[in-house]
Amino acid sequence: MMAFVRRSTLPGFGLTLGYSLAYLGLLVLLPLSTLLLKTATLTWERFWQIITDARVLAALRLSFGAALAAAFINACFGLVVAWVLQRYDFPGKRLVDGLVDLPFALPTAVGGLALTQVFSPKGWIGQYLERLGIQVAFAPLGVVVALVFIGLPFVVRSVQPLLRDLDPALEEAAATLGATRLQTFWRVILPALAPGLFTGFALALARGLGEYGSVTFISGNLPFRTEVAPLVIMARLEQFDYAGATAIAVVMLAASFLLLMAINLLQWWSARRSLGGEG
Amino acid sequence: MASDVAALGAKAQQAATASGKREPALVRWMLIGTALLFLGLLLVVPLVAVFTQALDQGVKVYWEAIRDPETLHAIGMTLLTASLVVPLNTIFGLAVAWAVTRHQFPGKSALVTLIDLPFAVSPVIAGLIFVLTFGAHGLFGPWLAELGIKVIFGKPGIILATLFVTLPMVARNVIPVMQAQGREEEEAALLLGASGWQIFWRVTLPNVKWGLLYGVILTNARAMGEFGAVSVVSGHIRGLTNTLPLHVEILYNEYQFAASFAAASLLVLLALVTLVAQQLVDAGRQRQLAEGQRAPAEEGNG
Repeated sequence: MMAFVRRSTLPGFGLTLGYSLAYLGLLVLLPLSTLLLKTATLTWERFWQIITDARVLAALRLSFGAALAAAFINACFGLVVAWVLQRYDFPGKRLVDGLVDLPFALPTAVGGLALTQVFSPKGWIGQYLERLGIQVAFAPLGVVVALVFIGLPFVVRSVQPLLRDLDPALEEAAATLGATRLQTFWRVILPALAPGLFTGFALALARGLGEYGSVTFISGNLPFRTEVAPLVIMARLEQFDYAGATAIAVVMLAASFLLLMAINLLQWWSARRSLGGEG
Repeated sequence: MASDVAALGAKAQQAATASGKREPALVRWMLIGTALLFLGLLLVVPLVAVFTQALDQGVKVYWEAIRDPETLHAIGMTLLTASLVVPLNTIFGLAVAWAVTRHQFPGKSALVTLIDLPFAVSPVIAGLIFVLTFGAHGLFGPWLAELGIKVIFGKPGIILATLFVTLPMVARNVIPVMQAQGREEEEAALLLGASGWQIFWRVTLPNVKWGLLYGVILTNARAMGEFGAVSVVSGHIRGLTNTLPLHVEILYNEYQFAASFAAASLLVLLALVTLVAQQLVDAGRQRQLAEGQRAPAEEGNG
């Protein structure tokens, strides 16, 4: 324990810390603080006027609604995917496992472009949905599809390690005590996976709130209908309305930070629970 | 020890299969089917669609589209950005990991949180903050104009915005590995008379190489593929500040679908190469982990 108090014997402290702080300061702190500086030049009335504008409110509602829906869909299907990859054997499993990371590796613009192609009214999947009266591309549903795509890996990758480390004895004990498989799942397995599910959900939500590249293709950017908040910021920037863009950005940023804090709390909770399980 | 436990677990699992610990085959195949259908519709079908569209009008049109001077320039711009961003963020990632895992100082956890900050910021906002800082009406705008330096709507802006969005990736992948490695080996090297750089090159770097490589691969993929942040700061000047993802959008908006999908197909190939590289690095990491567990004392041939 004394080592924590003593100065480290290893060299390079001043150099690496100084460099890191300068780098972070220039690239992250300075630009972010100009956003706050710019906000400070707005009066409260002006700020309120910008963010309660009908078009902005519609965009914020769509952003939050679609991101929540997409994160929920990802939580459900992500759990199934993680379960299948961790528990079952089937041909091509390793390939499928690698493919899960595709939305992280693929530029978002290309993802959006590809989804638009497939889900447009004449596309491979879109034409069948069109017959059922469901419009995906150029409709709010398209935004949800794009956000499901880009958030897909989060839940899978958060749940997989928990599922791998789950003590089989727990499930056996439940089975021995007469629980059905479904009861074991609801009462034993799902609670153990909860931290991973919530973390994945929150990460997918945070990512979805700020997503721009994939949404811009599939949504068609119709104000009041398929325009998400980042698109409104973009529109304001194109009109050189920097004050407007800044006000909306601050609202989005505040939401992201709250989510980030929630994620950190969840990870702390998860770490504490897994420690408790081992002891 | 660990393998004994694993073997016991496997045995228990086999025994439990009979006693109803496992799901019935029907449920099992339905779950596998659901997962494959979900991933197939969302990931595989769109990928295939990109190539189909790109080659819709034949291989000749595809080649023409890629050999178009503006496309070639966009590819060059993307490569230039990545070739600057990847090394810079790699050096930063290693430096900050060394500071955080090898030394104690107040405010350390705040610093670690700060590293993750760019992930919490929407790409569009990432672009916006650089416009507010370096743009014509921004904080340093007048000063930069006097010096005749164009950051926003120019190459420096693209590079700055890309540095911002990819900043956490190397650090995030190296810090946990360096933490897990501990500093005994480095302290031993120090006692044996190694200099700081010798310790870094001979002890630290070989130990963290897989985590580092993983971070570098992710940084490269994002640097080449970033769209939102770059879109805000680039100004979309063709043949000048257009990266490949931006070029895809411009061609698409001009209804040049075959050319747009041809450019997009290059980025899909990049993503596939990235995925394969991730798998290889992951395999390497597992191998290193297994070797470390098998013969921790015999490691001495480096």
